[in-house]
Amino acid sequence: MTTKLETLPTPEKKSGGAGKPTNRKPRVRESRGTLAFSRAQRGKSLMKHAILILAGGLMIYPLLWMVVSSLRPNDLIFREPGLWLNSLEMSNYTSGWSALTHPFGHYMINSAIVVIGSILGNLVSCSMAAYAFARLQFTAKKLFFGIMLLTIMLPFHVVIVPQYILFSQIGWVNTFWPLIVPKLLATDAFFVFLMVQFIRGIPKELDEAARIDGAGHPRIFLRVILPLMVPALATTTIFTFIWTWNDFFGALIYLTDPDMFTVPVALRAFVDSQSATSWGSLFAMSIVSLLPVFLVFLFGQRFLIKGIATTGIK
Amino acid sequence: MSAISELSSLSRRKGKATAEEKKANRRDNKAAYIFLLPWLVGLVAITIGPMLMSLYLSFTDYNLLQPPEWTGLDNFTRMLSDARLHNSLRVTFTYVLVGVPLQLAVALLIALVLDKGLRGLPFYRSVFYLPSLLGGSVAVAILWKQIFGTTGLVNQVLAMFGIQGPGWISDPSTALGSIILLHVWTFGAPMIIFLAGLRQIPNMYYEAARVDGATTLQQFWRITMPMLSPIIFFNLVLQIIGSFQSFTQAFIVSGGNGGPSDSTMFFTLYLYQKGFGQFDMGYASAMAWVLLLIIGVFTAINFIASKYWVFYDD
Repeated sequence: MTTKLETLPTPEKKSGGAGKPTNRKPRVRESRGTLAFSRAQRGKSLMKHAILILAGGLMIYPLLWMVVSSLRPNDLIFREPGLWLNSLEMSNYTSGWSALTHPFGHYMINSAIVVIGSILGNLVSCSMAAYAFARLQFTAKKLFFGIMLLTIMLPFHVVIVPQYILFSQIGWVNTFWPLIVPKLLATDAFFVFLMVQFIRGIPKELDEAARIDGAGHPRIFLRVILPLMVPALATTTIFTFIWTWNDFFGALIYLTDPDMFTVPVALRAFVDSQSATSWGSLFAMSIVSLLPVFLVFLFGQRFLIKGIATTGIK
Repeated sequence: MSAISELSSLSRRKGKATAEEKKANRRDNKAAYIFLLPWLVGLVAITIGPMLMSLYLSFTDYNLLQPPEWTGLDNFTRMLSDARLHNSLRVTFTYVLVGVPLQLAVALLIALVLDKGLRGLPFYRSVFYLPSLLGGSVAVAILWKQIFGTTGLVNQVLAMFGIQGPGWISDPSTALGSIILLHVWTFGAPMIIFLAGLRQIPNMYYEAARVDGATTLQQFWRITMPMLSPIIFFNLVLQIIGSFQSFTQAFIVSGGNGGPSDSTMFFTLYLYQKGFGQFDMGYASAMAWVLLLIIGVFTAINFIASKYWVFYDD
């Protein structure tokens, strides 16, 4: 039963439409029954919507409340569970922005550097490895492929202590290198797997045609495969963005100098330093920190959902 | 579909290299290893090397300043009498064994309601998915800390009904519960995997069942559950592996100390404190291997148990 899920669909629209048509038809046929039956159907669907709206509202409420609260005078955060705003208070944002050693923008730039480095690293290194696994025959391929799959499930904690020792001996603590270099070396094996799956869905005839025209592997990879795997690259970019932007553990360990803080560790420093009165500005900066992820979610949702549905990541 | 099914099929296909394959092997080796170079370097320097190093360190006493001193099984025997460690195991097991099934149950429930071409599905799906993207962030952990605080959102709502709620996060008996709730809140990713799986179940099964007069409940237990069982299994394995490594939420919500009175002291949090708080790197390494062992055992149990309840259509 997993066969259909196994390959990422090559043409975009194949699974993007969320499979409405297949499920619609029988329902139409059903409602051809008696009037009472179709009324029952409508009642059932109405109830479904009621449940979903209620559940969805409950899910989203905390987030909405945080947005609204960040626009309120501070003391209301502890007294006002509702969502209505009497006035728009921007002071939380201005005070939060400059509450730490550096303006909050400084941390966002730091995060952006790590994110961009990680994305580039993942795109280059993972696509190269994926090409080898999906298209080339070589000694010990199965062994390496198995190891690659296993590393996806390896807990980060097993390697973090020696990694820390290694990077601190090179003098990389309080630089962005420990967060970026592993991505340049395809340690996010998950994306290798995702790309292997995708490349397997690209017709082999295309490679062979290019080979007959005299193209070598670098050329086939760059000119044939890469252009065709843009959807997989987009999924990788989006997930790398979100995971790196949210990454706390790595930054907590490697970045102890406030100059180098990324957004999550800066926020953590903010929580620790804050007195009970600054929840408003804390909320404000939390929202600022979530905004990039939210925007990526809005515009990249298609890739996110396809990526999860086909490979099962968070 | 997944890395998991790939792995099991790899082990089944063992030793089937044809003469033709062997000829091809020779041809691509050079190109293949060039493409794999970044990944191979990463595997050796960032993954396997550090793993072996951490295995070695787990038998030593090492504080980063003096060279590691071989102490044999000392770290492991210390663990046997470390009450805080036992407590951290209990906290982590509770989190995984309560949080994961609860989260998957909610994910499945909502996916079932969402399936069958409901109008507005993309909208609902986005609403339910968004929390799982944001849930791993420090910002949301901060929000949680407020919501479940003594004067937080939950207690404000309860106060409207005249109920005086406890300080959920400051009370040792409810603190872990609030973090489990945060985990359940991020059910969006497994929900999307369930939705994709539900869509793969041929409609004719349900039609045939209806003709035979099967009730909705019977259809669920006799068709949906068996057909979906590989997906449930996949989600279960992934979520268990992931949840054992959970760190950020407990760290932020408890202010980094796993409190109150160690009630949210996750195993990973304790590992962090030992390794990066007290620089007891030998002990931290030993803990990391215990974690790996626990995750390995759980995954193995999962696979063995799957023979009795996971149904493969082919």
